[in-house]
This record gives sequence, C-alpha cells and structure tokens, in this order.
Amino acid sequence: MTPDSLLQVRDLKVHFPVQHGLLSRVKAHVKAVDGISFSLAPGETLGLVGESGCGKTTLGRAVVRLIEPTSGSVLFNGEDITKLDGADLRSRRRGFQMIFQDPFGSLNPRMTVEQIIGEALDIHSLATGDGERSKRITGLLDSVGLSANHAQRYPHEFSGGQRQRIGIARALAVEPKLIVCDEPVSALDVSVQAQIINLLQDLQRERGIAYLFVAHDLAVVEHISHRVMVMYLGQVAELADAKAIVREPKHPYTQALISAVPVVDPEAKRQRIMLPGDVPSPIDPPSGCPFHTRCPIAEPRCHSEKPALREIAAGHFVACHLAR
Amino acid sequence: MPSILSQPGTTPPAASPKAPLLSVRNLCLEFHKDGKVLSAVENVSFDIAAGETLCLVGESGSGKSVTALSIAQLLPAPPARYPSGEILLNGRDVLRMSKTELRQIRGGVVSYVFQEPSASLNPVFPVGRQILESLHLHRPDAAKDGEVIRLLKLVGIPAPDSRLKDYPHQMSGGMQQRVMIAMALASQPKLLIADEPTTALDVTIQAQIIELLRELKQRLGMSILLITHNLGIVSDIADRVAVMYAGQMVESGPANELLTRPLHPYTRALMNSVPQLGSNADRLTAIGGNVPQLGAFPSGCRFHPRCPKAQPECSRQEPEWKEVELGRWGGASPGGPGGAPPPGGGAGGGERAGVDHHYPPR
Repeated sequence: MTPDSLLQVRDLKVHFPVQHGLLSRVKAHVKAVDGISFSLAPGETLGLVGESGCGKTTLGRAVVRLIEPTSGSVLFNGEDITKLDGADLRSRRRGFQMIFQDPFGSLNPRMTVEQIIGEALDIHSLATGDGERSKRITGLLDSVGLSANHAQRYPHEFSGGQRQRIGIARALAVEPKLIVCDEPVSALDVSVQAQIINLLQDLQRERGIAYLFVAHDLAVVEHISHRVMVMYLGQVAELADAKAIVREPKHPYTQALISAVPVVDPEAKRQRIMLPGDVPSPIDPPSGCPFHTRCPIAEPRCHSEKPALREIAAGHFVACHLAR
Repeated sequence: MPSILSQPGTTPPAASPKAPLLSVRNLCLEFHKDGKVLSAVENVSFDIAAGETLCLVGESGSGKSVTALSIAQLLPAPPARYPSGEILLNGRDVLRMSKTELRQIRGGVVSYVFQEPSASLNPVFPVGRQILESLHLHRPDAAKDGEVIRLLKLVGIPAPDSRLKDYPHQMSGGMQQRVMIAMALASQPKLLIADEPTTALDVTIQAQIIELLRELKQRLGMSILLITHNLGIVSDIADRVAVMYAGQMVESGPANELLTRPLHPYTRALMNSVPQLGSNADRLTAIGGNVPQLGAFPSGCRFHPRCPKAQPECSRQEPEWKEVELGRWGGASPGGPGGAPPPGGGAGGGERAGVDHHYPPR
C-alpha cells in the first residue's frame, strides 16, 4: 500500500442477508465480497476477473458506494467515503464514476444525449451559462469519437458501440480521477470491442484516469490492465502484474482459468486444466481454502486452514498454501 | 455484371467422394413485414460431411443463426420466406418437405442446442421428464428412465439417477447446458446444431462443454454445426470454418488453414481486433464503423465501408464467390487477378458471397 495511491480499499466486506419464511428472518448471508484489500495508483488500471458469482461486480459497485459495504473502508484520496453521506458523498462522486455493461439499459431512453451528459454537468455545477454548457458537451462528444450533431438524438438512434461511447462521455463529464468499468465491452460485437478498448486507453493516457476494470474475458483484461486481481468466492486468489499473472500464474485457480481460455493459434495447443464441478455457493463457502473443493493439488491442510494472501515475488500476491 | 445469380447452384454433389450429410445451396432468406422485404441471407452455400464439425462464424446480424434455424425450418413463415436455394439433408430438400416429414427431421435427424439453457428448458417439468419426451417422439422403444440416465451419464452429469427429478432451476448453467445436449442426443441425431452454446457460460465451464462436444462427436460419429463468434473455440473444435458477414458468406475453408492464413480482409480484421492472451500488442487494430443493420446492407461488397483495403469498385460491384485454392472459398474479382477459375472439378458446389476483390489469393 503506497501512500500516494488514489484508492485504498481495506478489508472490504459486502454481505447480503438471505431471508426465509413468513417473518422474513435472516437465515444466512451471501458473502459476495469477503475481506478484500487493494490499492490503485493514479492513472493505473486494475483488472478484476473471476467466474460469475465471484463478487467482482459487487466489489466494483461497493467501491463507488452504489452498494453499501457491510464493513471495511474505501479511502479515496485519503478520505474514507464509506463514512460520508448526503451532500458530502454527492460532491465526492465527482472524483469517481462508473461505466456499465449494458449500453441499452444504462441510458435514459427519454433523454437526448445532450440532456444525459448535461445532467452530470448540472449536478456538479460545472458549466455556467448555456453557451459554456453546450461547448463542453460538444467537446466531450468529440473526445469519445462522436460529433456535435449527435447531441440532439435519443439513445435508441445509436448502435451498441456508440451508446457505450455516450456512457463514457457521461462519466468523463465531471472529470473523474477513477472510473469503475463493469464489463464495458462484453455486450458489444467483437469488431466494435476493440474500438472501445482503444478509446479507454487513449483517454487514460490523455487524462491520467485510473480504471477499475471488471470483466470476465481474461484476454481483454490482460490487454488493458497494468495489474490483475483474480477473485474466487468473494476473496482474492491472486494479485499481480498483468503479464506475470498470464505467464506465471501461481494460484491453481488462476492456472486453470488461463488454461481454459481458447486460443486462436492452432499450433499453440496448451495443456488444459479441467476444473471439476461448479463454483460452490457463497452462502456456505467451503472451509479452509475456498478453492479446495475444485483444486487439482489440494492437500489435507487446505480443507481446514485458510491461506493468507502473501507476497511470493515483488508485487505478486497469492492466497495458496502450496504456491511457490 | 457477374451473373452470379444465374450460376448453376444445383450441381449435384456427386463429384465429391462421399456425398455431404447437409448441403446448403445458394440459400436466400427474406423476412416480409408490413409490405417491406428484408433480405437476411443471400446466396449462402456450405456443406457438412458426415462426422465433420463446421463452425459458422460471424457477428450479430450476419445471418448465421437464421441460417441454422432454416435447416429444420424453425423460422415462422410468414414472415420468413425462401425465394431461392436448397437445403439438402441426405439429398432431400428440406424446403420442399411436408409437415409430417419436417416433424421427423426436427429434433430427430437434426437437433439443436441453444445459447441460453435456462430459457430453453421448461421450468415447470423435471429435466428427466423433458428428456423422456424427446425419446417418446423419436425413439418410443427406448423411452425409459434407464435410457435417460444413460444419456445424462453420457454428457457427464454426476449421479444421474438422483438428478432425474430435478427441476432446471436446481441446476447450474453448465449442468443445464449438459441436459440440453442430452436432450438433443436422445434422438441419435445425424446433425447437432449448437448456436453459441457456451456464450452464457463461464470460461471454465465453456471449456468443459466444448470438450464434451468434441468427445461426443468422436464417440457417436455425428456432424456438428457450431455457431460462435469466438475464434478460439473455432480453433479448438472445427474441421472447417465458414465466415459470414451481413447475410453473406465471405470465406470458408479448413480450420487450420483459415486461422493461420485468412484470405478475406474481414476475417483478418476480426482476428486482429480480438485481444489474444499473452500477446504483447500495445494497441488493438479496431475495425471502424459498425456492423450493418438488416435492411441497410451496403452496396457492392458489403464489408467495403469498413474495409482497410477497399478500392473504389468495391462499392459498386459484388465480388464473386470462388474456390480460390483447393478447398478454400473466398472472394475474387470477376476479371481481375484473383479471378482464376476454380481448380477443375472442385469439390463442393457453386458457392458465392460478397468478398473483397483485391486481396490476392495466394
């Protein structure tokens, strides 16, 4: 944890109550995020990967407080935003924004592009006067590859890729330092994906924005991220430099995940590690190491002893008893 | 004008050593709605031999799913209409079959597995009963619990006898997709059509399902038509690949050759725009523009507005579909340097699609 980090997440937990019966008594908790810590430097991209249900989306939303964390702290520029509320929280939101997966569901169909982007400017009083406001909207559209005459149109008039650009322009409007991207390209056609990934990288270079990039596609995450965090059942399995995690994965789960990605090159056939079964329920996670039920190399102590996240090489963290 | 439309599309496939199980010839598909005609598929041709896996690759709106649904006539007509073309299944044209014949084809000779298993299974019946229903229709003699258990075991469901009474919601996505495959296999189909069977699944489960399909094909000797946009999956499972764009076929050929040496600019652009795990590429080569919408396909070569190699004539003239090398079909200009006639007696029939003129076939 460097002191100059933009974002510091400490022991963050998000537990959802499961209610049963007439009296809606809380019977159990889904431990969607269960004690996660990491930090993010300005201008850095941290990729967040894992299978569905591992808690990566919940973590992304809890960091920007779209979901209330159960415990833990989120320090943004050194200030704990989990303690803020009302106007204080709203004013801090200028620093961190979000881009959503579904470009069809995340834009109000009854607002024009100008209104969608302008709303963000109005909330934070960033533009004084109509001339200034429309100038800034034109500038924002231009920076995401749309033109000024798109401003008066409605979301349904755009393709999926263009809508995602509008969502990015809306996030950029308040000049954030951090953008949480929740599967921003998985709903797009593969030929359009690359346009959006390139755009996000260009914007980062120009403006020094940090991204928390949540996605299930490992190849996309490796491409865009500086560091990658692999999650399993609400916990960190491995956290390392993006290249290191793909070339030398240390956690058996990461190894299996990477070996399962199909590669195009017919000559480069790798040994595939097949994981038996499915992800266990996060309501009642396995004892010890959460991965031991599917792990090909599990030992008796993995059943009882929970592995701590330890640094086995510079900047390479892994939660496994057996990783070397 | 290259008179492609008058090309003899009905050349009997007798020249090939073994007649293909499925032979789609110059298929055209239109949707009629409110007096408007939208052409969704134009002059698409491909063959699938017995025991072969063909991957149909393309983005949304390329017409791959409606082509696959046409094979068992699953599109409601109207609005769907087939102005021309043939779909020969074991030499008989599906487009001219009676309702009774079609009922035997559907789920019998041809079975489907769809993308979203939770939407394809009936939520109010146990999975065992749903598989039994398929057996009752196509193999009444075998319609017993024992056969259902055997099928569930075949697709790798652990302790199958205890899952017979399970409802779909009690199973995970990967297990549901295995049940769908078991149901599709119940009729012992000759052709299994899988439309994006792993898109809704996690990568580890996807690997399990692809492995299962490959294993089943070998064990049961059936043919597979797999629809996907993931070129990695193609590399894993395909014998041959056909690439579609905007309702037409742009390139087809053996999987290894096509993936190592794509001939069409669209295929190449598609491969370059997808990030590869472990590659050092600093920047992706994006394809500009958007996938064209149905009813607004560009003139000439349909890829020309997005093509990095487009020439002025690409917007005017439709490229001709030719066998540019033995077994490899792609674009060639009618009179241009790529217009070499297909090697004598070439296997397969007359296929055609909008292909770039100017990529020199090597």
